[in-house]
Amino acid sequence: MNKTKNHEPLFHIVKRDSLPVYKSWGIRIIAILAALIVAGVITMLLTGENPINVYLTMFKGAFGTSRRIWSLLQSLAMLLCVALAVTPAFMMRFWNIGAEGQVLIGGLATAACMITLGDKIPNALLIIVMIVASISAAAIWALIPAFFKAKFNTNETLFTLMMNYVAIQLVSYFEKLWENPKGSSNIGIINQATHAGWLPTIGNFDYLLNIIVVLALTVFMYIYLKYSKHGYELTVVGESENTARYIGLNVKKVIMRTMILSGAVCGIAGLLLVGGTNHTITTTTAGGRGFTAIMVSWLAKFNPIYMILTAFLITFLESGAGEISTVFGLNESFSDIITGIIIFFIIGCEFFINYKLHFRSSHKEVK
Amino acid sequence: MLATFIQRAVMQGIPLLFGATGEILTEKSGNLNLGIPGIMYVGGISGVIGAFFYESSLASPEDANAFLAISIPLLCSILGSLIVGLIYCFLTVTLRANQNVTGLAITTFGVGFGNFFGGSLIKLVDTDIPSISLTTTSNFFRTTLPFADSTGWFGKIFLSYGFLAYAAIIIALGCSFFLNRTRGGLHLRAVGENPATADAAGISVGKTKYLATCIGSVIAGLGGLYYVMDYANGVWSNDGFGDRGWLAIALVIFVMWKPKSGILGSILFGGLYIIYLFIPGLPLRTQELFKMLPYVVTIIVLILVSIRNKKENQGPQSLGLSYFREER
Repeated sequence: MNKTKNHEPLFHIVKRDSLPVYKSWGIRIIAILAALIVAGVITMLLTGENPINVYLTMFKGAFGTSRRIWSLLQSLAMLLCVALAVTPAFMMRFWNIGAEGQVLIGGLATAACMITLGDKIPNALLIIVMIVASISAAAIWALIPAFFKAKFNTNETLFTLMMNYVAIQLVSYFEKLWENPKGSSNIGIINQATHAGWLPTIGNFDYLLNIIVVLALTVFMYIYLKYSKHGYELTVVGESENTARYIGLNVKKVIMRTMILSGAVCGIAGLLLVGGTNHTITTTTAGGRGFTAIMVSWLAKFNPIYMILTAFLITFLESGAGEISTVFGLNESFSDIITGIIIFFIIGCEFFINYKLHFRSSHKEVK
Repeated sequence: MLATFIQRAVMQGIPLLFGATGEILTEKSGNLNLGIPGIMYVGGISGVIGAFFYESSLASPEDANAFLAISIPLLCSILGSLIVGLIYCFLTVTLRANQNVTGLAITTFGVGFGNFFGGSLIKLVDTDIPSISLTTTSNFFRTTLPFADSTGWFGKIFLSYGFLAYAAIIIALGCSFFLNRTRGGLHLRAVGENPATADAAGISVGKTKYLATCIGSVIAGLGGLYYVMDYANGVWSNDGFGDRGWLAIALVIFVMWKPKSGILGSILFGGLYIIYLFIPGLPLRTQELFKMLPYVVTIIVLILVSIRNKKENQGPQSLGLSYFREER
C-alpha cells in the first residue's frame, strides 16, 4: 500500500456497482434541498425578502387557487408528454434534441386541418383527421434524421437540433399565410365561433382530457419500455450496438422505428396543445418543452413513472419562480435562472450516485 | 448595394464566428458544449453590466477614457463566460455528467441570466435612466479603422468594423494554427479523438478538457459582447441575440471543425441570415422561409459529410462522451 506515497492523490474515484433505491433517492433529495437553499439565498440577495417568504410565495404561485392547480397540472402533463416522447430515443442513445420541432410540426398539422377542413366535414371526422395528420407529420419529421442516422451514421444531436429551427420558420411562414385578421401576423383563435376541431372537454375541466391522455401515455410507455420486445431491443441497441448486431437485431430498423414512435408522441403533444388548449399556433407553442423534456427524462433515469415526479418538480419551479418574479417585481426570466441552478445540482449529484470517492488514508502513513 | 450587403453579412457573421471558434476548440477536446447559446448571452450581459457601471460612475460622457471603456466590459465579459464555462467543465469533466443535458441546462440558465439582468439592471440600481443604452462605451467599441469612410467600397467592406471584428478573425486564425501546427493542439485533438490513448501517452485529459472548454467559452462569450456593444450599438434588448448561438453550433458543422474556414463560413451564414432583406419585393411570409436557409444548408452539409465519410471531415471521435479512466 505504501508505494510512492508522495504521488498518491488526495482521493481517487471508483465506480459504484449499484446503490439501493432509498440511498440514491436520498442523495437526489439532498441535492434538491441544497439547490433550493442556494436558490433561496440568491432570491434573498436580489429581493431582500427572507427565504421562507420566498418559498411561501412559490407555493402560492403553484397551488394558490384551483385555477392555478389546474394550469400547473396542464403544464405538467404537456412537459411529461414530450419527456415520454424523447425517452425511447434516449434509451437507444439517440439524442433527439428535436422534440421542440416535432411538437411544432404536429401542432402545425393540427392547425392546418382545423383551418382548411373546419366546417367542411363533420366534427368527429375532422378530429380523427387531425389525430392522424398530427401524429404522422411529427413522426415523419422525426424519421428524417433517424433515416440518415441509420443509413449514414449522421450525427443525430446536431441534425435534430437544426430541424427545430426549420420547423420554427415553417410555423412562422404559415402564421403569416393564415393570419387572421389580415396584417396581424398571427393566426388567432381558430374557429372561435364554431369550435370546429376543438378537442372535447370533459365536464367543465378544460385540461382534463390532456391530463388523462398523457397519463395513459405514461402507462403505455412504461409497459412498452419495460415489458415489450421493442423496448428490449432498443435497450440493447442503446447498451451496445455491436451486441445488438451480434444477436441478429436489425439496428437500422430499430433506430427508425423508435424515432417514429418518439415523433408520434411529440405529435400527440402538438395535437393536445393546438387542438386541446391553445386553439392556435405560434412559434412558441412548444415553449422550450423540447429542451426541458430532455432534462426531465434524464433526471428520471428514463423511467416514465419517475418522470411524473421530475416533470412536477420542474413545472412547480417554473410556476413558483414566475410568481416570485411578479410579486417581487423581478423579470420573468428569473425562473430560468432558478431552474438552471437546481438542474445543475441534480446533474451534479448523479456523480455521487454512480461513483464514490476514496480518500487517501493519511493516518496509515507513519512519518 | 453589394458592398452594403457584404458589410452587413460580415457584421452578422462576427458573433457566429466567435461562437463557432469557441465551440470548435471545445469540441476538439471531445466536449459537445450545447451551452454555447447561453454562454454567449452571459458574455454579452456581463459586458453590459460592466459598461453600465462604468458609465454610471462617469460624471459626464466626455470623461470616458477609451482604455477603461473597452477593458472594463471586455474583462467582465471574459469573467462571466469563464465562470459559466467552469460550471460546464466541473459538471461534465469532474462529475462526468451527461454533456447534452448539462449543455441544455447551461443554455436555459445563460439565456435566463442575460434576460433577467438585462431586464432588471435598471430596477436593481435605482437610477432614472429609461433603458440600458450604452452609447458612450459602445462608441469606443465601434471605432472603425482609419480611412473607412474615404475609400469607398473598399473601406466599407474591409475597414468599417470595430476592433472586435478583427479580433474574431485573428482568434480564428490563431485557433487554426494552434490546433494544426502546435504540440498543444495535437494533444488537444488526441484527447478529443481518443481520451484513453491520450491518457496513456501521458496527456492530462481533464486538464486539457478544462482548458479547451473554458477558453472556448470565453471566445464564444466575446461574440455576445460584440453583438451588444458593436452590432446593437450598446442597446440590450431581451432575446435580441435570438438563435445566433445555435447558428454558431450549426456553423461548426458547416465548416467541418476548421476554424479557418469559419471565417468565410460565418460571413456566408451572416449573408444567408439577412439575404431576405436584400431581395426586393419579397412578401413577409416568404421572408420567414428564407430565414431557415442557414439551417437547411447545415443539414445538407451534415448529410453530405456523413455520406462521404472521410475521416478528416468528421467531428472528433469521442465527441459528447465523458471519460473515466477506469471504465473498461
